[in-house]
Amino acid sequence: MTTTATEKGKILTANRLRDGEVVFLTHSGEWSENIDGAVLATEPQAQAALEARGKGDERVNLVTGTYLFDAERRDGHVFASHIKERIRSLGPTVRVDLGKQAEGKGGHFAALQGV
Amino acid sequence: MYRYDEFDSQFVNDRVSQFRDQANRRLTGELSEDEFRPLRLMNGLYLQLHAYMLRIAVPYGSLDSAKLNTLAYIAEKWDRGYGHFTTRQNLQFNWIKLEDTADILAKLAEVEMHAIQTSGNCIRNVTTDQWAGAAADEIADPRPIGELVRQWSSLHPEFSYLPRKFKIAVTGSPNDRAAVRVHDIGLRLHLNDRGERGWEVLVGGGLGRTPVIAVTVRDFLPEHELIAYLEAIMRVYNLYGRRDNKYKARIKILVHEIGAEKFRAEVETEYARRPHADTKVEERELQRISAYFAAPQFEKLPRWSATFEEARAKNKDFANWVRTNIAAHRADGYAIVNISLKPEGGIPGDATADQMRVVADLAQRYSFDEIRVSHHQNLVLPHVKRDDLFAIWKVLQASELATSNIGLAGDIIACPGLDYCSLATARSIPIAQSISRKFADLNRQHEIGPLRINISGCINACGHHHVAHIGILGLDKKGEEFYQITLGGSSADSASIGTILGPGFAGEDVPEAIEKIVNTYLARRQPGEEFLAAYRRLGPQPFKEALYAAA
Ligand code: SF4
Repeated sequence: MTTTATEKGKILTANRLRDGEVVFLTHSGEWSENIDGAVLATEPQAQAALEARGKGDERVNLVTGTYLFDAERRDGHVFASHIKERIRSLGPTVRVDLGKQAEGKGGHFAALQGV
Repeated sequence: MYRYDEFDSQFVNDRVSQFRDQANRRLTGELSEDEFRPLRLMNGLYLQLHAYMLRIAVPYGSLDSAKLNTLAYIAEKWDRGYGHFTTRQNLQFNWIKLEDTADILAKLAEVEMHAIQTSGNCIRNVTTDQWAGAAADEIADPRPIGELVRQWSSLHPEFSYLPRKFKIAVTGSPNDRAAVRVHDIGLRLHLNDRGERGWEVLVGGGLGRTPVIAVTVRDFLPEHELIAYLEAIMRVYNLYGRRDNKYKARIKILVHEIGAEKFRAEVETEYARRPHADTKVEERELQRISAYFAAPQFEKLPRWSATFEEARAKNKDFANWVRTNIAAHRADGYAIVNISLKPEGGIPGDATADQMRVVADLAQRYSFDEIRVSHHQNLVLPHVKRDDLFAIWKVLQASELATSNIGLAGDIIACPGLDYCSLATARSIPIAQSISRKFADLNRQHEIGPLRINISGCINACGHHHVAHIGILGLDKKGEEFYQITLGGSSADSASIGTILGPGFAGEDVPEAIEKIVNTYLARRQPGEEFLAAYRRLGPQPFKEALYAAA
């Protein structure tokens, strides 16, 4: 397995207004349903820029409830630090047949199953 | 069977078109999220972890086949083929789109259902005994009083902006199945020596971050005085309840802070000051409402059913199911069927659209078209002939609905927790599943006897963990889930709040910890002694030793 440097930073997330789908802000300023597409902001300035962008998209009613969360990028994949964000980016751990994990839009980490 | 009166139908339909308009204005941006949020919450629409969640009111947990079939239809058309029955006797859909919500509400309105008053600082839907109108031990059906309270409180301008949400529970039976002692107001029916009805009024109970058992403010309030008296309580609460701090705003805090005596005195003063209602009007109103809950026409049947006894003698699984899932009915030859939504390793309270249809069909054929939702997240067929029990059991069995574990270790209450809920600090469902697997052996469950295990995924305590014999609370310790265990809680007649045993456990260690607790009980119980009684006799010490003895 090749390991590249791990980048730590923050990701901007929200729920899409019309259907509530969990989305992540990408490099190009689009909202992706897949956490791997997310832009990881390592510097406070970049993080603030993401937040501002999010507020803007809230104002034009694309998304709602934007916030930043901690994550890291390894081997081109994004890993959420907290279990809550991991569950948001995959779907319920008790129904792996549902949500992003079942639709091929899940993150690249294993679903938590059982306890 | 309960149904709305014309006023309600009109009102619900108006609310649907109002919401359609509001949702459209939100989608086009005319309304901001801040403006829209309170409007959607008033209609039961929350934003949760994966999507919007719609919470649908099931007044008194009473459904008929048309309603349950409609829920099944919604589950398939607009959700992911299932729904989740909650401890508030509601149904939640987890994958709702904002753009579909008005259509869903319109569909619900066709069968007189809605999602109003399932959120916000109002008087929430009144809850009651899931066996109301059916139980053998019942003095009277509590639902008419619940409905009187609902009609009085719904959209009452004075009570729409309370300091905090307000929950009322009513029981008409001496064996409290509605947990009246842990509600903001609990009402409990008694008969006096002359056979007259009176209501015990309990105030200030509640769970959440400050669990408290309610205090009795009146022992025996004549029925026709009930509404006026409740109004006095609400006035005192509205006047003195704290609005500065959401965690101190529930009536339990007020009762706690000023003391039960002072609170009672305030209510009595307010009550004395008020013009008293015309008792005749109250009685007439109650009669009118009672007609909506008229008992079905039970046939005159012998108490003994040969068909049933024969089936029970021949089939051990059926006999086991009868032992736990059947309760005594007030009419001879009838029984109450409790349908477990807790199969081994299943998700407590979840039902698929197909399962909903199976139950709806059974209700129509065998139970006067009545279904109930229990706050234990199970379903009930309240009025079934004993002759039909075996046939019903067969159908349930084919749909994974015949687990014989009602009231036993596998009948676990679990809130949605971190798998769905945005307020959660930890997951609840996987804990329930792993405990359920640990105690999968039904013979062992029957051997252990009545045991209530409840799990909440955060301090809000939707899973009622405080009043469980074994309560489990999921918390977050530096980003890791961990679980606190409490023992000795109960929501029944001698209600009590569970005691925290000691340091919490990692999720994977919880089933083993529960096993140790149960084994300690089994080793020390006296003949016939149930878990709760044994705990009350023994105290926490032996259980602590079993759990925390140096490994
Ligand atoms: S107890 Fe907490 S986690 Fe569970 S449903 Fe209630 S708010 Fe959500």
